[in-house]
Amino acid sequence: MADILEIRWHGRGGQGAKTAALLMGESAAEAGKYVQAFPEYGPERMGAPVTAYNRISANPIRLHCSVENPKYVIVLDPTFYGAVDFTSGIRDGGAILINTSESPAEWKKKLDFGGKNISIFTVDASKISKEEVGGNFPNTPMLGALIKVSNVLDVEEALTAIRSKLTVKFRNKPEMIDKNLKAIQRSFEEVQSE
Amino acid sequence: MKIRHSLTGNEAMAEAMRQINPDVVAAYPITPQTEIVQLFSNSVADGKVNTEFVTVESEHSAMSATIGASAAGARAMTATSANGLAYMWEVVYIAASMRLPIVMPVVNRALSGPINIHCDHSDTMGARDSGWIQIYSENSQEAYDNLIQAIRIAEHKDIQLPVMVCMDGFIISHGMEIIEAEDDETVRKFIGVRKPQYSLLNKDEPVTMGPLDLQDFYFEHKKQQAEAMKNSAQVILDVAKEWKEMTGRSYDMLDEYCMEDAEIAIVAIGSAAGTAKVAVDALRAKGVKAGLVKVRVFRPFPKEEIAKALAKTKAVAIMDRAESFADFGGPLFRDIRASLYEYDLRPKTVSYVYGLGGRDVTLDTINQVYADLERLVKGEQIPMLNHLGVRE
Repeated sequence: MADILEIRWHGRGGQGAKTAALLMGESAAEAGKYVQAFPEYGPERMGAPVTAYNRISANPIRLHCSVENPKYVIVLDPTFYGAVDFTSGIRDGGAILINTSESPAEWKKKLDFGGKNISIFTVDASKISKEEVGGNFPNTPMLGALIKVSNVLDVEEALTAIRSKLTVKFRNKPEMIDKNLKAIQRSFEEVQSE
Repeated sequence: MKIRHSLTGNEAMAEAMRQINPDVVAAYPITPQTEIVQLFSNSVADGKVNTEFVTVESEHSAMSATIGASAAGARAMTATSANGLAYMWEVVYIAASMRLPIVMPVVNRALSGPINIHCDHSDTMGARDSGWIQIYSENSQEAYDNLIQAIRIAEHKDIQLPVMVCMDGFIISHGMEIIEAEDDETVRKFIGVRKPQYSLLNKDEPVTMGPLDLQDFYFEHKKQQAEAMKNSAQVILDVAKEWKEMTGRSYDMLDEYCMEDAEIAIVAIGSAAGTAKVAVDALRAKGVKAGLVKVRVFRPFPKEEIAKALAKTKAVAIMDRAESFADFGGPLFRDIRASLYEYDLRPKTVSYVYGLGGRDVTLDTINQVYADLERLVKGEQIPMLNHLGVRE
């Protein structure tokens, strides 16, 4: 258990939480790790809150239940505040990454971790996505922020893996590949810590 | 050559189907199985397989078309889930009684109602008396391996029975994991080409298939079907042995985990067995002699293997992801209890119906069962029939 890194993604159906979890899983798989990536066991519904998960480990993973105590929580939509309990079960010493124009200090005032030591990171993934990709697709920039903050993957290796996966995904829209990679790279630079 | 993939269970099944390259696939989509057929139809459209892909208007027609193709001598497959399986019910029995070696992935899902699309085993457990061999998978890897082995089992000259290869809906079907696949050549060499003893398209030896069979011979044919099911156990083991020699991955009727000296044990089917293995590791680290038996093959039922695996335990929890409304536990519970009846020394057995309609099975859920078993061993009373984690 202790050797498994667990991640939880919160998004709205259509924002790409599941895709981000798959990309994270596939990038870690490329790096030779054992992974799981799965949605909140159900069909996605456009606009409704959805959850997706990752497990990453050096060893085969046999657990087949939802992630209850993630080390990292990624919030694709800041309007979940007060509506979706996205801090639930977050592991002491973990971190939360929020797509927002506000600073970590502002979120620190809003969030109550019940005495747990949780780091807050923010990045305006929607703004980056609108500028680089041409629409509000915060999943890939948030993936970039996670790779930067979590430090579980080699950045160059991860980018190579993501490029190869995006190449498949955007078979019919190849211009989207570089735009998404640019968005990820901007997120590396713009993610803020407390 | 081995290929490392990150695949969902559905993708793993679709990849195995691409490698199997069946002559005919007739299918109708149903959640959470849809992706298997969708991805396979991509392989058809991309010219990666030579399969005749038949789009039909219902599951009843899917199985009927598959039966027709198989009777004609083709290697024929379909895939389904839950209400789809229910809808093909009458022809499911006919596939088995016509002794057609059809292989069908079934993505386990609750049978409505109330309406629910999530995992439990009520669909295939209901089909346990249909005459199909049933193999269950814990994860994507096993789904892939089981599907390929199933072709050889089904088509074995002494067996000629259809096989359901089951995996848990969403938990496995939609969860991406690492799997080790074999290359196309290895798979094709392993499965070979179907050589039907009789087929409708063999004009040199014309036969009638599926005719009326009344008081005179119906019973004899049913006995033959039962004999074939009995004989399939050895074939399942032989095929597994050959698969292991080729891939290094070993399979048996059961998967026994830490059972050598286990005093308390859980018996389960499917993905929850993986979570239970993690629970066993933690209990073993605390000195608790806990073990797990995962049932891979449910039909034919491995009665001797189960009894042998459980012989030295003191208390066993049998977990069913299906309610059969008998007020006597689930089907796995009753089959295991009956298997143990032959033996003078037998453990106490308790039934846990769990995870219906996709209810999450966490480590806490599993730990609760082992805690109950420890209390039972100490002489405390535990109800024989339990619904695990249900809100009262």
